[in-house]
Amino acid sequence: MELLLALILGTLFGFVLHRVGASNPENIINMLRLTDLHLMKAILFAVGLSSSVLFIGMGAGLIDPGHLSVKASFGGVIAGGAILGLGFGTAGYCPGTGVAALGDGRRDAVAFLLGGFAGAFAFMLSYPAIKASGLLGDIAGGKSTLADTGVEAYPALLGGLPGWLVAVGIGVALMLVAWAIPRFPGNGSKPVSHGLPVH
Amino acid sequence: MTGQLNWWRGGIALGLAFLLAVWIVKPIGVSTQFVVADGIVWDALSPDLVVEDAESASGYTSSNAYLAKSGGKYAKSVANPLNYSFVFVLAMVLGAWLSRTTGGPRPSAEDKIAPPVWRRRFGASAAARYTMAFLGGFAVLYGARLAGGCTSGHMMSGIMQTSVSGYLFALGAFATGIPAAILMYGRRRHTG
Repeated sequence: MELLLALILGTLFGFVLHRVGASNPENIINMLRLTDLHLMKAILFAVGLSSSVLFIGMGAGLIDPGHLSVKASFGGVIAGGAILGLGFGTAGYCPGTGVAALGDGRRDAVAFLLGGFAGAFAFMLSYPAIKASGLLGDIAGGKSTLADTGVEAYPALLGGLPGWLVAVGIGVALMLVAWAIPRFPGNGSKPVSHGLPVH
Repeated sequence: MTGQLNWWRGGIALGLAFLLAVWIVKPIGVSTQFVVADGIVWDALSPDLVVEDAESASGYTSSNAYLAKSGGKYAKSVANPLNYSFVFVLAMVLGAWLSRTTGGPRPSAEDKIAPPVWRRRFGASAAARYTMAFLGGFAVLYGARLAGGCTSGHMMSGIMQTSVSGYLFALGAFATGIPAAILMYGRRRHTG
């Protein structure tokens, strides 16, 4: 049953990543060099929407808060994010979109994934040294959230307010930002295709 | 590109995928499975890497400290590759293929080697693009493992749950991702 769910939900996620254009490194690179914010708008809208519905669903008792999995905050989250960003901006893939790009038949995704296996392996070997450096020690309350989830292991920074209210407030704000930011920032001119597809 | 959903349709679809996953099972995450895949290959070459251990919480441990951490949960996944998270990531390849074959965006033969923004700047050499993609992949997965998650687990699933770590990760990733992309590819939309 669990494997069937993995097959269905994984297929859905890969399908959607591809349909929204996230498995196309052109879209990721153009988002990060701030020339085409299509993916930024889609991601902000997706996160705002899913967060709002998730917390409303939990508040209504329809979604089990036990399914949540909040990751801890530690120095490595920022440092690791910054290292990831270097590859994200140059290769134009992140782990999930690189996997999806394999189903898209992209050959540069094969090189990306091989590099990914090597990078993950390097981390497996360097883990004891990283741990000794203190980079993995909790900051900002460890597994903390902004909105109250009702799960004791996850301290809420805005715990005085109802969780759904905080999450919907943030979620609506993210969706509004998604709607408000221009797809093509700058002088407002539309990109012109010169033989190469620019969407 | 034809076949690609616009931002709000794509956003709704993406949001529903993340929501369905956490509603039915758990939040989506991808980068851990690169470790599991490495472990499977490593364990095949050196079978004493992952061993059963009644003392550990998962029932497995490893001579590699990273696989052995947190009660050996990664070691357990390496010993049992047919688990939810690993099959989920494998199924993503199928999903993307299904999208491509049912009217989704289709990359051209050149696009499959390097995206247009790369070809305009660096030409059509496959070797250069593959080298860069490999190095990028190395940084992305090393960074993701240091951070304890990637764009899916930290940025999307994390911010969905209003996790502070999700915001910190996004801050780090965009702080280098944006300058890296601008330095490498410039800001011109097209060169003609």
